[in-house]
Amino acid sequence: MANWVKVHPLVVRITHWINALAILVMVASGWRIYNASPLFESFTFPEALTLGGWLAGALQWHFAAMWVLALNGLVYAVYGIVSGHFRRKLLPISPGAVVRDLSQALRGRLAHDDLSMYNAAQRAAYLVLILALVVMILSGLAIWKPVQLQALAALMGGYEGARLLHFFAMSLVVFIVVVHVVMVALVPRTFPTMITGRLRRSS
Amino acid sequence: MKEARLSKRHTGVESLERRLFLKQSLSIGAISLLAGCEITSDERVQEVLEGMSRWNDRAQGWLFDPKKLAPEYPESMITRPFPFNGYYPESDVRIIDETDYKLQLGGLIKEQKPWRLPELYALPQVSQVTRHICVEGWSAIGKWSGVRFSDFLQRVGADLTAKYVGFNCGDDYYSSIDMATALHPQTLLAFRFADQILPPKYGFPMKLRIPTKLGFKNPKHITEIFVVNDNPGGYWEDKGYNWFSGN
Repeated sequence: MANWVKVHPLVVRITHWINALAILVMVASGWRIYNASPLFESFTFPEALTLGGWLAGALQWHFAAMWVLALNGLVYAVYGIVSGHFRRKLLPISPGAVVRDLSQALRGRLAHDDLSMYNAAQRAAYLVLILALVVMILSGLAIWKPVQLQALAALMGGYEGARLLHFFAMSLVVFIVVVHVVMVALVPRTFPTMITGRLRRSS
Repeated sequence: MKEARLSKRHTGVESLERRLFLKQSLSIGAISLLAGCEITSDERVQEVLEGMSRWNDRAQGWLFDPKKLAPEYPESMITRPFPFNGYYPESDVRIIDETDYKLQLGGLIKEQKPWRLPELYALPQVSQVTRHICVEGWSAIGKWSGVRFSDFLQRVGADLTAKYVGFNCGDDYYSSIDMATALHPQTLLAFRFADQILPPKYGFPMKLRIPTKLGFKNPKHITEIFVVNDNPGGYWEDKGYNWFSGN
């Protein structure tokens, strides 16, 4: 007899998809902004992967989507802390367990028996992703307002330091997202659970 | 036995799912790439983006602290050579004739007598070494000297309760700023760059130096200053760049 297990609460599912869309817009428009004055002379992003058409358009997208990213992130963070979602799903986490699960995952031997529990590799990835997003938002604010938020800008290594940090935080976010999507492709039954929130447990 | 068969079939279904998922994600990716070119030019999308840009003008106005000073740097940190930037290449820089030059004043200003350069040079002046930040992302540190713009506006009897100050320039550029930024202590009507009279490429005979705004909000070759209550826009602003563009 099949029974349904609750995997993802409604708030997490809604904020996940809004966040996915906001990140997609922020990254694609950010790449077009990067191309206007590349930090690394020999490296630009293919225009076809960017959003906005030209610098002004990309800036409009970037500074519109930032509100969506920030407000949605705020709802997620408050919910995650108040409801105990972060503590329950992401903790405890030990370096030993992360190394073990990561090496098992790389050899394709990591079991996915209980999708309502994150393994240590997942916990580490999601924690690093959340941290990278926080750094991305803070460095982005420092670039946007290096005078009004100059204390924050100083913390981010000044205006030029914040640009570098923003770029590397973006790179980390994109890397984790790519791995995340590949993992979903490898374990496809995790995909509908982020929409319905439920998982059919076969016994 | 039965269980083993079941799980084997399950794996078959999974790999099919997997392939479908990959195929679907690829086509979603392709569609969104094609859509990406078109989506920004869609009228309704453009309306929403413009609306968000006006909202960002207001948000930046609230965030702007009229007393907060932009960081200043030691002269050793000045970027040399300081980059040229404009809506035209450096070879097309306008040469403004010093002898014919007059700064015109208009709008809500009491004393609209035009100013000649020697009169402007005679006003009390200050210097600053600040970071110029371009909307493209790059930045450079420079030294500008000139008269505090708030002093100048008071001297000519400008209505300081008005909302905007607009600028017309000798290179057909135009721009405008909010009154709060115009009255900021670091906003200068600058006549000198690195202690030398502004060369044409940096905006002879004068540029408005605003370290609390992006570079394109620092008009060069200014020929007319006017005070108004309706937003006069600007060259880049009217093409879609954010109007407030504060730092």
